[in-house]
Amino acid sequence: MSKAFVFGDDIDTDAIIPATYLVTTDPKELGARAMAGSDQPDFAKQVAEGDVIVAGENFGCGSSREHAPLALLGAGVSCVIARSFARIFYRNSINIGLPVLECPEAVDGISAGDAVDVHLATGSVVNTTTGQKFQAQPMPEFMRDIFDAGGLVEFAKQRLQSRE
Amino acid sequence: MGMTMTEKILAAHVGRDVVRPGEIHFVPVDCVMANDVTAPIAIEQFERTGATEVFDPERIILVPDHYVPNKDVKAAEQAKVMRAFARKHRLPFYYEVGRSCVCHCLVPEEGHVTAGDVMVGADSHSCTHGALGAFATGMGSTDVGVIFALGETWLRVPESIRCVFRGEPANPYVGGKDYILALLGKIGVAGARYRALEFCGDAIESLTMAGRFTLCNMAVEAGAKNGIVACDDTTLDYITEHPGADPHVRDDDSVAEDIFRERRPPVVHQSDPDAAYCETHEFDVTGLEPQVACPHAPSNVKLVSQVAGVRIDQAFIGSCTNGRYEDLKLAADILADHPVAPYVRLIVIPASLQDYRRCIREGLDEVFVDAGGVFSTPTCGPCLGGHMGVLASGEVCVSTSNRNFRGRMGHLDAQVYLANPAVVAASAVLGRIGSPEELHS
Ligand code: SF4
Repeated sequence: MSKAFVFGDDIDTDAIIPATYLVTTDPKELGARAMAGSDQPDFAKQVAEGDVIVAGENFGCGSSREHAPLALLGAGVSCVIARSFARIFYRNSINIGLPVLECPEAVDGISAGDAVDVHLATGSVVNTTTGQKFQAQPMPEFMRDIFDAGGLVEFAKQRLQSRE
Repeated sequence: MGMTMTEKILAAHVGRDVVRPGEIHFVPVDCVMANDVTAPIAIEQFERTGATEVFDPERIILVPDHYVPNKDVKAAEQAKVMRAFARKHRLPFYYEVGRSCVCHCLVPEEGHVTAGDVMVGADSHSCTHGALGAFATGMGSTDVGVIFALGETWLRVPESIRCVFRGEPANPYVGGKDYILALLGKIGVAGARYRALEFCGDAIESLTMAGRFTLCNMAVEAGAKNGIVACDDTTLDYITEHPGADPHVRDDDSVAEDIFRERRPPVVHQSDPDAAYCETHEFDVTGLEPQVACPHAPSNVKLVSQVAGVRIDQAFIGSCTNGRYEDLKLAADILADHPVAPYVRLIVIPASLQDYRRCIREGLDEVFVDAGGVFSTPTCGPCLGGHMGVLASGEVCVSTSNRNFRGRMGHLDAQVYLANPAVVAASAVLGRIGSPEELHS
């Protein structure tokens, strides 16, 4: 069972991982600082493995730093559900295997601390605290291929091999 | 139905007559760039793909710019990873500190991008290069590591937003920065999410390249995939004047060996009159006042007269947004007759290497230092709160850079205002936010 942490609109990459921590690429080290620039700077201390982030519009706007989705993975976040995502953050997340779902209804129907069940394959999101069920927009097929391959690196490996 | 410039560039790269927004294509990349923050992860991912060689050593540009000269051991380790990779693959376009500057100034001035190109950088402000009439976009490190291996990337063809700027500003201090801030104030930080921002109109045609770079630089602040200005005579002159040097590869034990680089000729694309745009925004810049983005979003835009009076602790002139010669000259002209206010720090950091040299040649460095400021070697510096001007709690900075998110330039409780170089220079003198005209009265 995952606990929900709720954030607002336009959560930028400086909120997810402030620039001063960018001198490492270790997910665990980054994870210990996850959301340090947000209005919940103690997030990293409170989050448990498998918890989810629920956020408003344009989550992850700002810089291209892959440290942002890496920090969330390192902190144990199992999925980000948002009304919408910033372009580079969305791409980075798919590439490195951080599940991201666009689902405005779920964002409306989940409060901080609710227990949430996410089925990535089907895109179904259940708020087990309230019993409400939501259906996220499925990931576009092309991106699901990348995600299913195990991320962009695996996908590229296959593409390289097919060239030989 | 016609096509936009962005669509035409992508169509030309995938060998089709037509592409339409929403389609996903694998697109060959003409130039790929990474810096000291993003390259280490890109290199790691490149190696994980199993590739043993890069797709084309001449098309990979590596630029240490964020934390250089290295600010601490960790930053030095990151730069070392990039340098070792460049050596191993004999990359001719690794720019060592001293021959390097902020990546988005370096790439065009070294002639690595030309009109009609597809350029991808592992840095969100890679959209800057759209000023050359190219398709340029920022991606994360994994995407870029995979481009190192494949030489191509997948792209969803974006819808385009047309931004028309008309007129000639009556205020001599108003320029590209004010145009883009005015747009951001109107459409917000998500106003162009996933879309192309196409800038046109007579005010754009009369804008210098420096102004166009500034404009396209901040397209990403509206969430855009790319910003673009049509290639015209101004662009072609710039491209001719910035051919870049031929590469010299120096190994530890071999002498320099000259390689002549094959330069791509510029390809000029114009949007068709019947191209489809999802939105159009029009601005008359004739009466435009300098714009200031207030904490903590680049879209929180007010007129300089509305925020005049906000006391400042620091003024920063630099960054890939406004760290070019033209920007520094504007600031120097103001600072030549006016010293920096007591208790205020002025930090001037050219973002371009060529412009850094020109500043020194013309004595602008002396102007800044005489005024009571510091003048430093090209680097990102305080723009991302990395080093050389990190803010303490409660401090206020007015900056020519592009982002003012909470914590961007240091402490979470610091406040950053974004403005054009003339406003920042005048504010340094006044000790509070203000406009250059106030100094005359
Ligand atoms: S100057 Fe600032 S915005 Fe530009 S590349 Fe450097 S850190 Fe990024």
